[in-house]
Amino acid sequence: MARYGMVIDTKRCVGCHSCVISCFLENEVPEGYTRDWIVEVVSGKSPDFRMELRSERCNHCDDPPCVFVCPCGASYKEEGTGIVLVHKDKCSGCKACLAACPYNARFINPKGYADKCTFCDHRVKAGLKPGCASTCPTKAINFGDFDEPGSELHRLMEGRVVKTLKPDAGTKPQIYFLL
Amino acid sequence: MSNHFNRRQFIKIAGMGSAAAGLAASGMNPWGWPANALAGSLGSDVQVIPTFCELCFWKCGINAKVRDGKIIKLEGHPKHPLSNGRLCPRGNGGTGLTYDPDRLKKPLMRVQKRGEDVFREVSWEDALDFTAEKMLDIKAKHTADCLALFNHGYGATFIKTLLMAYGTHSIAAPSYAQCRGPREVGFELTFGEEVLSPERTDIKNSRMLVLIGSHLGENMHNTQVQEFADAMANGAKLVVVDPRHSVAAGKADWYLPIKPGTDIALLLAWMNVLISEELYDKEYVEQHTYGFEQLKQHVKSYTPEKVWKITGIRPALIRATAREMGHQKPAVLIHPGRHVTWYGDDTQRSRAIAILNALVGSWGRKGGFFYPGELDVPMPELPKFPPMTKKRADLQLKDYPLAFSTLASGLCDATFPAPQAECQLKGWFVYGTNLFFSLPKPEQTREALQHLEFVAVSDVLPMEIVGWADVVLPDATYLERYDDLHVGHYRDPFIALRQPVIEPLYDTRPPWWVSKELAKRLDVADYFPWDNIEDYLQQRLTPMGIKLSDLKKDGVKVFPRQALYFEDGVQPEFYTDSGKIELYSAKLASYGHDPIPVFTDHGDPPEGYFRLLFGRAPVHTFGRTTNNRVLNRVIDTNHVWINRRIAEQWGIKNGQMIRLQNQDGAITNEIAAKVTERIRHDCVYMTHGFGHKAKGLTNKKGASDSDLITRYNTDPIMGGTGMNVNFVTFVV
Repeated sequence: MARYGMVIDTKRCVGCHSCVISCFLENEVPEGYTRDWIVEVVSGKSPDFRMELRSERCNHCDDPPCVFVCPCGASYKEEGTGIVLVHKDKCSGCKACLAACPYNARFINPKGYADKCTFCDHRVKAGLKPGCASTCPTKAINFGDFDEPGSELHRLMEGRVVKTLKPDAGTKPQIYFLL
Repeated sequence: MSNHFNRRQFIKIAGMGSAAAGLAASGMNPWGWPANALAGSLGSDVQVIPTFCELCFWKCGINAKVRDGKIIKLEGHPKHPLSNGRLCPRGNGGTGLTYDPDRLKKPLMRVQKRGEDVFREVSWEDALDFTAEKMLDIKAKHTADCLALFNHGYGATFIKTLLMAYGTHSIAAPSYAQCRGPREVGFELTFGEEVLSPERTDIKNSRMLVLIGSHLGENMHNTQVQEFADAMANGAKLVVVDPRHSVAAGKADWYLPIKPGTDIALLLAWMNVLISEELYDKEYVEQHTYGFEQLKQHVKSYTPEKVWKITGIRPALIRATAREMGHQKPAVLIHPGRHVTWYGDDTQRSRAIAILNALVGSWGRKGGFFYPGELDVPMPELPKFPPMTKKRADLQLKDYPLAFSTLASGLCDATFPAPQAECQLKGWFVYGTNLFFSLPKPEQTREALQHLEFVAVSDVLPMEIVGWADVVLPDATYLERYDDLHVGHYRDPFIALRQPVIEPLYDTRPPWWVSKELAKRLDVADYFPWDNIEDYLQQRLTPMGIKLSDLKKDGVKVFPRQALYFEDGVQPEFYTDSGKIELYSAKLASYGHDPIPVFTDHGDPPEGYFRLLFGRAPVHTFGRTTNNRVLNRVIDTNHVWINRRIAEQWGIKNGQMIRLQNQDGAITNEIAAKVTERIRHDCVYMTHGFGHKAKGLTNKKGASDSDLITRYNTDPIMGGTGMNVNFVTFVV
């Protein structure tokens, strides 16, 4: 049993888009769509700006609204990994999940099914890290199992200010950002 | 809430949505291949072939994943010291170059007037015969030195050998006089050694990093950015000096939005504080440097109060940052930058950076500048190259005795008739550099091309310069060819192999083959004494005890680490005239230059004008990658950054399409305005490399800063072309 997730260090991230481009190729993401993206938030006035760079994707929530609303049983949270996935064959492309996701993480693949980040489950199941985490030049994206004793993910969060996206939505995201 | 992120908005911002719609609707991936989403890049049908990257010039090791003869993905080579298993966005998107439908696919010969970009397809035989005939003709009529080679990239290795065997010494890359040349000369004059590429900067061990206009993170040299992130995670202090609030500035402990062109004043003020408050590394300075007393006298007048008026940086901030340098020394890295041809006094600014590093004792110290690993991989014995019989063509009009490499701009100048010239250039061979984007004054380049008897261009894509060729030699991409071995000198020395990972897609040829074939026709075949490239590579590897067949599997062989710093055994030897680190340069004085850097005022923009600054986007390498369809899914155009207050005065809205016009009336394509607080009021900024006009390139979006660089200040020490001296106004 595992509970996979990510700890993403905004202090390391430079917003270079290596994660996005490697994902395009690893997952053959159709042109015009993306499964991960960079958010740049700048506040303050010169010279005292504050900048936050985040590599974002599906949060693989513990309480995933996309799964709850799916009328076809296509969206599911995988037993044993916690990865939120879509059965392409069951999906009708109704977009209920797109509306339910507070993170705009999903899109309808031109082939007709809901598509989004899978944590590269095909790689994870082969003992590898997701494409984005593997290539990230700054090691900002860290992937692992929160349930593993002594997990690197917990060590990374020690002593750091940690946030998840839209905690008020009650989705219990499994991606944590270090500020 | 600004952090409520909407992906539609992202798509709009990143310019992803446009031409892609048609493809997306048809459900095809960019290359029209069958999807294999379940397996991704894994599976027993995937072959993994190591090689090294050429999307920029850092040369990271990659593993190419190939399925059914098609490259499906590129990943960082885990053992390669420059990639450490990771790749920058450009490296990740390298397939977009090989599979670019706009590629040059056949040799071409011009059928109309030069520059009209009209060609007919020819055989390689005809293209090479014609090239050789023209080259021999120039040699017979004018001497070999009257043929210039402009080159960039690792593919040029054999082309350079060919041209040297043919007899020319007029060989230049714009990466010198238009990029990092002043830095190398400034550091050579101070420490007796160059900074080199990859830079010998020990970023990951720095306790304090000072970036002057250098925008690491937007400038994505892989290893440097990896180490930059490590330094930030380790709590290193960061000072960023930049008129624009860059990504790096977003991580800075101190962000200094300096007035453009005043960096030398700030550097001298920092020296003033370090010396007057006795915060410099006394032991190091006493032991290793020459000219400290002169420096002390010289910087006395550059008080933080005086320099405040010049730079706009408050005295308290100058003192606080200088004191932090004193506190963190010697692990303080004042980064030498890379593209440093800004104002024409760039060698002096690089000297000032070098001197400041000497004061904190960082050269040869952990967290400062390390000594790269040495590895001697002998070249096969070749006949001697023909000697130089004339004055260097690039120095005919004006001599720069301290220009250690050839000036590409000087070669362009030497193409015009001049009474004092011994050799007016009559032919250009251009390999891998689009001179309209890499040289200043594109109008002058255009004119120079009309004076020539012969122009050959070898490239992968139909860049602007290709349209001016008499003969076009279509290059194989780095994923389709062998090149020479890469002997890397980083912390660990290494040998890396570039090998083809797929069969060539088109009727292109690799540079080693073109060089060898031309050598036969130019009667210099004995400079290529091998039957094929694999023989040559094995010849070079044999003395190192390496089998090519092993290197083909491993991609890279890393050799043991040697001492990196003085503290672990490097002998402090400085190859300068005094044998010491020269704070005062008698050599510069003897050539009539300032022996210690002096601040020169570069003026203010005229009323209604703004200084044009340019830099890089993380997913692109100059204009070379801006046609790459994979990379363009993220960034496919540039924006001009305009200060919010100025934009309001002009009534320019964020995203509005405008044109830029410079002081000489040069005008750009349309470009979107980025209205932001993150840039000073006296300058504008854009990323370089967009705004292509070549008819064979699909992506023509954005504007080219090169079109606006109609003036430059020449560096009097080494002939570099300082290009940040153009002013632009808005055409709304």
